[in-house]
Amino acid sequence: MALSIVHRATGVALYVGTLLLAWWLIAAASGPAAYAHVQAFTGSIIGRLIVFGYTWALMHHMLSGIRHFVWDLGYGFKANEREALTWGALIGGIALTVLVWIIAYAIGGGR
Amino acid sequence: MVEFALPKNSKITGGKTWPKPAGATEVREFRVYRWNPDDGKNPSVDTYYVDTNDCGPMVLDGLIWIKNHIDPSLTFRRSCREGVCGSCAMNIDGQNTLACTRSMHDVKDGAVKVNPLPHQPVVKDLVPDLTNFYAQYASVEPWLKTTSPTPQKEWRQTHEDREKLDGLYECILCACCSTSCPSYWWNSERYLGPAALLQANRWVSDSRDEATGERLDNLEDPFRLYRCHTIMNCAKACPKGLNPAEAIAELKLKMVERQI
Repeated sequence: MALSIVHRATGVALYVGTLLLAWWLIAAASGPAAYAHVQAFTGSIIGRLIVFGYTWALMHHMLSGIRHFVWDLGYGFKANEREALTWGALIGGIALTVLVWIIAYAIGGGR
Repeated sequence: MVEFALPKNSKITGGKTWPKPAGATEVREFRVYRWNPDDGKNPSVDTYYVDTNDCGPMVLDGLIWIKNHIDPSLTFRRSCREGVCGSCAMNIDGQNTLACTRSMHDVKDGAVKVNPLPHQPVVKDLVPDLTNFYAQYASVEPWLKTTSPTPQKEWRQTHEDREKLDGLYECILCACCSTSCPSYWWNSERYLGPAALLQANRWVSDSRDEATGERLDNLEDPFRLYRCHTIMNCAKACPKGLNPAEAIAELKLKMVERQI
């Protein structure tokens, strides 16, 4: 049940995160001043935390969505399979998030 | 409809601690939900001490011991005491299960906490009102429906077709699954719940039944079937080891398959 709630919560978080993405895109389209403003926000500690959370929500919701897709196809219902899918989504989501951020910093996105 | 807070008259207040049995060397603490419709009081949790040397190992044995030796007013359903009838379903240590098949020694530390099945009206103490649950079972029309002429002997079925009913026919309708389901808590008046849907799939899967389309039509509804969000509490709760979540997924697949 806990992971079902997390799936919903990350789904709701994605709405908010998508607003952030839209804000960034609109700013990029409207000019350097607006863009710099958004960059300043997302580059701040709080901004980075929010973007990090958004990354995790996205990764977790994607993997958890795949888990639900497997169930909808009629597979993975045995107790051990169920647990494996659930833990896989949780651990995989965190791992992918960290990986994305390591890559982002490695290629200089964290400047 | 959904309620986030307990109604005022459902808040648990206080409770009596009954004296330990005299002369008992080993006791187990039981904390049992009590509510009496006749005294106008809120529910409470009473504490009892069961003499484990004088009592069988199961939680139901403990409850019967309490009723026989301490408090005859304690009310609960029970019948077969071996996991066949489904009467003694209750919430033990936070899990819906049968009191007769759950050992009190499997409840790890502290007291054995016993509550009625969640989110059902309480008749008294540990007895939930399952009227809605049974009505939903009836609504899936759990009997063989045929149009072809009745054969001289029984309706025949191959071994393979019979095997399709394994994991479905064993359901004892104890309501552990349905009352563990958050979707059912929120929409029990419109969502059929895992138990009734597992039964629906039992009849849809029966090779002898000739009303499959009709049965699926009856489930084609945003609430009756599709309030299942694969939360999986049902599969975890089932004391018979069945998998209502899988049965519901099969129903959803059959819904799609018949349209292709």
